[in-house]
Amino acid sequence: MSQDIFVVVEHLREQVADISHVMLAGARQLSGSTGGKVMAVLLGQNTQGLANSLAADGVLYVDHPSLAEFTSDAYQLALAGLIQERSPRAVIFGHSSIGMDIASGLSAKLGFPVVSSCRNFTADGKFVSQICGGKIMAEGELPAPTALVTMVPGGYKAEEGNQPPAVETIAAPALDNLRISIKQYIEPDTSDVDISKEAVLVSVGRGIQNKDNIELATELAEALGCAVSASRPVVDQGWMPTTRLVGKSGKRVKPKIYLALGISGAPEHVEGMSDSQVIIAVNTDSNAPIYNIAKYGTTVDMFDLLPVLTDKVKQAK
Amino acid sequence: MPIRDTFWNIPHWAEIAQYVAAFLTMAIFVAGVVRRVLRWRQGRAEKRSGNFWQRIWSLVIQVFAQRRTLDETFPGIMHFSIFWGMLVLAIGTAFATVDWDVTHLFFGFQILTGWFYIVFELMLDILGLLAVLGLGMAIQRRYGTRPARLQNFPVKKLAGDDLYVLVMLSFIVLSGYLTEGLRLAVTQPPWAVWSPIGNAIAAFFLSLGDPTNQTLHLVIWSLHILTAFGALLSIPFTKLFHILSVPTNIYFRSLEPAGKLPAANMENGAGVKEWKQFTWKQLLDFESCTRCGRCQDVCPAYASSQILSPRNMMVKLDAHIWNNGHALHGDVISADELWACTTCRACVQVCPAFIDHVTTFVDMRRHLVDQGSMDKMLQDALANLGRYGNSFGQSERMRAKWTQGVQPAVKDARREAVEYLWFVGDYASYSATLTDITRKTADVFQKTGLNFGILFDAERNAGNDVRRVGEEGLFEMLADKNSQALAKCKFETIVTTDPHTYNTLKNEYAWNGNRPNILHYAELLDQLIASGRIKFSKKLGYKVTYHDPCYLGRYNGIYDAPRRVIEATGCELVEMPRNRDCAFCCGAGGGRIWMDEKDVKERPSESRIREAIALAGVQAFVVACPKDLTMYRDAVKTTGNEKDMLVKDLIELVYEAL
Amino acid sequence: MKIAVPVKFVPDLVEELTIDSGGTALDTSWLRLIINEFDDHAVEQAILLKERGGGQVIVAMSEAEGADDFLFASAAKGADQLIKLTGDFSASNNHALARAYADLLKELQPDLILTGVQAHNDLDGSVGPLLAEYLGMPYVGYVSGLTVAGDKVTVRKEYAGGLIAEMEVNLPAVLGIQAAEQPPRYVAYSKIRQVMGTAKIEERVVADLDLSGGITVSRMFQPEVAERATMIEGSPEEVADKIIGILKELGTL
Repeated sequence: MSQDIFVVVEHLREQVADISHVMLAGARQLSGSTGGKVMAVLLGQNTQGLANSLAADGVLYVDHPSLAEFTSDAYQLALAGLIQERSPRAVIFGHSSIGMDIASGLSAKLGFPVVSSCRNFTADGKFVSQICGGKIMAEGELPAPTALVTMVPGGYKAEEGNQPPAVETIAAPALDNLRISIKQYIEPDTSDVDISKEAVLVSVGRGIQNKDNIELATELAEALGCAVSASRPVVDQGWMPTTRLVGKSGKRVKPKIYLALGISGAPEHVEGMSDSQVIIAVNTDSNAPIYNIAKYGTTVDMFDLLPVLTDKVKQAK
Repeated sequence: MPIRDTFWNIPHWAEIAQYVAAFLTMAIFVAGVVRRVLRWRQGRAEKRSGNFWQRIWSLVIQVFAQRRTLDETFPGIMHFSIFWGMLVLAIGTAFATVDWDVTHLFFGFQILTGWFYIVFELMLDILGLLAVLGLGMAIQRRYGTRPARLQNFPVKKLAGDDLYVLVMLSFIVLSGYLTEGLRLAVTQPPWAVWSPIGNAIAAFFLSLGDPTNQTLHLVIWSLHILTAFGALLSIPFTKLFHILSVPTNIYFRSLEPAGKLPAANMENGAGVKEWKQFTWKQLLDFESCTRCGRCQDVCPAYASSQILSPRNMMVKLDAHIWNNGHALHGDVISADELWACTTCRACVQVCPAFIDHVTTFVDMRRHLVDQGSMDKMLQDALANLGRYGNSFGQSERMRAKWTQGVQPAVKDARREAVEYLWFVGDYASYSATLTDITRKTADVFQKTGLNFGILFDAERNAGNDVRRVGEEGLFEMLADKNSQALAKCKFETIVTTDPHTYNTLKNEYAWNGNRPNILHYAELLDQLIASGRIKFSKKLGYKVTYHDPCYLGRYNGIYDAPRRVIEATGCELVEMPRNRDCAFCCGAGGGRIWMDEKDVKERPSESRIREAIALAGVQAFVVACPKDLTMYRDAVKTTGNEKDMLVKDLIELVYEAL
Repeated sequence: MKIAVPVKFVPDLVEELTIDSGGTALDTSWLRLIINEFDDHAVEQAILLKERGGGQVIVAMSEAEGADDFLFASAAKGADQLIKLTGDFSASNNHALARAYADLLKELQPDLILTGVQAHNDLDGSVGPLLAEYLGMPYVGYVSGLTVAGDKVTVRKEYAGGLIAEMEVNLPAVLGIQAAEQPPRYVAYSKIRQVMGTAKIEERVVADLDLSGGITVSRMFQPEVAERATMIEGSPEEVADKIIGILKELGTL
């Protein structure tokens, strides 16, 4: 039984995912009220180097060929033993394609409750979860003795550590009879522009109405010398390629300016763009949630605004 | 004494041969007609009897007087001339044959003698000219002017069918005149002057002398007879069949209100998947099409994208029922064609054969809906309509949100008796850009002292366009819910600003024989102005034009009420070229407003705005439908006419003039 | 192949959500339920698999207002067996629900279990991975496409940023569906009505719910908005000028 907070580090293709740093920041705050250490749990094969960027008090590193790539099978087996052995106060996972695959299974296997969609912890160590599309927050005591938590971004800033933490290598348990194996990765199309590297994004949502209207956004983007991105409905319609998708299942972007056109601001989208420096929202619905995160907003019709704005941008250059 | 020697110069064997040929012709003709009728009978049953005299009267007006055909001048006169010219010649020839080979042969007396014969000859000679004129016009039009609507048939060989008809008819008429001329040239009867055309032709042949002319006569007579029989026997196999199918189609046309769509076929899935699921009357529709293309000329879907041509649909369907190795859906008719229809009914309105294109399209859409095959936008709209009762996907609790701040508070018709139950409709209730107009409507009603109320969250989309999309089950559910809500309210009249709502409430809801008075607000305003309850304090003095909504005008015949209201507000009304029953659709009907636009060249609403802009000095484009307001406010922007043309709802004029 | 799809209803976000007087839960008197959209995709994916390779589709859900309609709609789409768990689910959580489904599925022995990868009201994990553990089956979530071959299923698992991993999973397995290979189909009302006449919903009584592993909420609230956007008013020209100003200020123009 310890008061340590474990953070299961998420990494893919030799890169630590942003959410890992967010979780570490959350764990740091939580450890203030529980009084334990922040321990990063890193699973992999020859990935010890990834520990260097983690802002943790220590890293528990498990190395095994079956952990070279993420599979819920191997991860769960490796983690179950470790959690039982060390009895941390909490284990934080990402509320993501990796964390969600294992947290619930471990809860069922170990009998420890799991808290979903945790956005942040309160000063007195309670969890605050964001549910119902961001419309409702649920707060409660962190279950004891060990709580499993899946964490959404938004509550903490992702920051790397100043100095490499101490790494303790742990022997992997037997990882036999695995039922999941990875065949291959299919890389996202990289021939298109990388929207996560743009300083300005003109982003279109459902309000664009049809494929032809995307031309209006493209013209503005061309005038500004930037790219057009989109929210899920636009990509689902096939009006824009997946490479331009911003949000949970797409890219996370941090431009200086994010011009959101006809985007309502669903949490899945917000997750991908909330770190933008300045968000300007154009939406005729003055109640759209996008205005809760945007710095500037306007309810003028984008079809009126876009041609005028494009002209003015051209003149200003 | 002048008599008709019908078989002059015809050897006896030829006369016999003619009768043998005639019987063969009749046999083939009958077999051909029977073959067609048996095809129709493979369709679903549909009751189209009753109202005998009304049906006979439409035959008189539409067939013999060619009423609708004459709506277009050149093609009208052209067809009228061919129709009457050929009809008279055919009857005359038959009469002469009967006169000689029946009455004369068996009973020894002739009708065609003396003065009567002379008048008969004169009539035929002159009316035959009508046919010549009509056929000349037709040849000039089809091969000279070549209007677009007569080109590019989806079934290529039909161009040959068209040519065949003109060649045959022209040859019959010309060879008839030649036969007559040659007969007169040889016999030279004193009454020849009463056949002026024949006599003139005879003058040409006189110099050839007798044996030549007699031989020539026999040859041309034979050709004339053979062509005539050929044409006759080909009737059931060529375009000539319209001579029979069109009058039949007109006789059996629907006498129901235009706005009442027939119920869906529910056997083996909803709607029409295979041709035999069409009703016999729909099959008759396909066989009545003469490809005149009037429907294509007025079709907003064709004008905007050319995806759909009602003419081509009929041509393809007709070809399909005879050669159906292909799938009706997909191979013959594409989903894009079906979804392109706005159900504006302009095609039905102009069709001289009284084909009902729209019910056929809707029946086929019903199958697509049954298969769940539709674009994502429409699917979302239908799912929202099913769940929330509106296409906006908003909670029904928000339906009456627009009433917030309206003073005095809008009455809840479910709680207290009202005189007028205002069925607000989706667009007027939910569309953020229209609530201002909705409030103005409430304001006008209140200033007039109208005792009115609304259904608040008990109202659902009335279902007019849901039905036209082809989602019959959802329509029934919406209609049930509305009927139940209305049944609990006490009111005298239902009023709505939405022509689509108006149409389905008036024509399609069951009401169990107890239909309340249903008014469009244009009618109500007109009544209130006439009775003096609305008194205007100013004359607006604007020069405006008015757009007839399809479901108010073409579907329900309401053209004058809105015009009277406009004039009462002191506006000068200037008509667009396409007005009243010829009004051009905005493009939003039949569920189009819920669908993705496919590659459009010019939106129907844009074409309409350009039509209005072309009118000198017109300041405002007045509409009487919430969807029109949405469509045309967009269209003035996209055509760059925002500064030159205001789009105004009828209620705005009334509000301003009060 | 036998495919089971356990689904659940969630609060409809179109309706305004309110907190009950106790302050720890949603006010159910105003609540309207709707199918969890990921579960809807799971049903669609199961039907697609059936259409592609044959098999049997079982849709199961717990009792709720509208459950029958949803089950019949699934049957109209092509589901073969409809199961409704009855009992008092008012205090249920995902652990309890997963246990109830596990009991049912142990009996039905499907080859493949598809369920939505998550639901927006999940507070104690998600049903899919819990169920997998209770049944001792492997689990992969965020799946947006799959092919079954023999006793293995190859899945496409989505990661953030558009990266996709192709994984091979031994059957029987539980998969958390992120998106079906095509959006859930529309099913006409007349079809649903037709199915109502023929399809049967089997009811299974769930006597006791085992809530262990769940969590306790001590306070539920609506997030207060930190700071709403500064609204730019005026004509399109004026708004455009202001936006130009912001662009210049940040050195992006």
